[in-house]
Amino acid sequence: MAEEALGRTPLYEEHEKAGARLVPFAGWEMPVQYEGVKAEHEAVRNHAGLFDVSHMGEVVFRGPDAEKAVQRLVTRDVGRLETGQAGYAAVCYESGGTVDDVLVYKNPDDFLVVVNAANREKDVAHFQEHTDGLDVEIADESDDWALLALQGPKAEGILQGFTGTDLSGLKYYRYVVGEVDGLYAVISRTGYTGEDGFELYVRPDGAAPLWRLLVEAGAAPVGLGARDTLRLEAGMCLYGNELDPETTPLEAGIAFAVHLDKEERFLGQEALRREREEGLRKKLVGFKVEGRGIARHEHPVAVDGETVGTVTSGTQSPTLGEAIGLALVLPEVEDSFDVVIRDRPVKARTAQLPFYKRQKK
Amino acid sequence: MAVPQDLQYTKSHEWVRVESGVATVGITEHAQDELGDVVFVELPEQGATLAAGDSFGAVESVKAVSDLYAPVGGEVVEVNGALEDSPEKINEDPYGEGWILKLRISDEADLLSAADYERLLEGES
Repeated sequence: MAEEALGRTPLYEEHEKAGARLVPFAGWEMPVQYEGVKAEHEAVRNHAGLFDVSHMGEVVFRGPDAEKAVQRLVTRDVGRLETGQAGYAAVCYESGGTVDDVLVYKNPDDFLVVVNAANREKDVAHFQEHTDGLDVEIADESDDWALLALQGPKAEGILQGFTGTDLSGLKYYRYVVGEVDGLYAVISRTGYTGEDGFELYVRPDGAAPLWRLLVEAGAAPVGLGARDTLRLEAGMCLYGNELDPETTPLEAGIAFAVHLDKEERFLGQEALRREREEGLRKKLVGFKVEGRGIARHEHPVAVDGETVGTVTSGTQSPTLGEAIGLALVLPEVEDSFDVVIRDRPVKARTAQLPFYKRQKK
Repeated sequence: MAVPQDLQYTKSHEWVRVESGVATVGITEHAQDELGDVVFVELPEQGATLAAGDSFGAVESVKAVSDLYAPVGGEVVEVNGALEDSPEKINEDPYGEGWILKLRISDEADLLSAADYERLLEGES
């Protein structure tokens, strides 16, 4: 594959100044850590952390058939979303395998679909291919947006200092268009950490001033390393790990985002209905390692020496101090199995998801 | 990053201190910094025999795994059991309390001097 220049977000210089370790990620040069993964993880759990997730893709569906198009493409019934509401959904192939997992925002006149950076081009092509005959414009407007995530128990307090929007009235998975310190911003109460918090969609030239403002107000810069440990503790899927073209959203445990009975036919619906009737071919389980070791992505799962699945994600949980993971295993696998860490079987036991649940106020 | 002058090094960023036929082995300041917060160390059994270049264990941070290689051949006479409960010693004191194992040397190998290792680091950065 030809080497292409890595993308840089509008916050690249802020990351460099903060001493971030920058790594290639999904075609972008992204901060993996600043101070250290553990410290950043703890900042989000106990205080507030700030993430640059500007690499994510923003795709807008406009026109008379915009809703019809989104309905056809995603597993959630977006007809049930109210204006100002966001919903998590999967995009499937006809086979039921997963193209991507996305957030769908219902705007007054259009839909915004936020996609994973690594899937952006693939998704847009898939969207175009499967909306034949519909009067819809599908526009990749990723370059018009920067995206900052402010997450943690102190997120609301910090952000409220800079916006006239009453954040206490903004519910989970709701958003408003407003201003933060005079900068145009879509303020969305969403995130990928298991904490309360916000995702702020701003214009690229607003990203650096907003970043500096929030850091000065006490938010700790957090890199992709802690983003991964935080989402894993929260039991959330990562595309490429838990979800891929060979795995359906039902298998990956996100059936809550799949409305099999929605009236509009969606891509993959038949396959998913069939799988629901006939039974899952594999299932996602959370587990804790009981022996010594840390299970990692692609380590085998075995019972009595027989491979029965694969670890999709694994890490040492900074909050629990234990090795945790997610695995896709055969449906008949019970609550005790081995994870094979560097050819060594180590005992593991299933655990209820999420591994970490924040205390509600 | 200061490279202690009294130690020898490998290209895979282990350090070696040789005293009366016994090599104490750890990973360098640079290696621990690259890894980040160390959360797990996989150690070999005491009594195991290693050839120079053998993989004998691993150091894991939250985000990465780094295999460990024997800088010289020999028998494992001691492992640093304290790392099982306090792997962060590798970050805090890589040349001291963060040592990993001791080998009774039976097979010498070509090691880098401190000056060679400094040049290696300069080439990487």
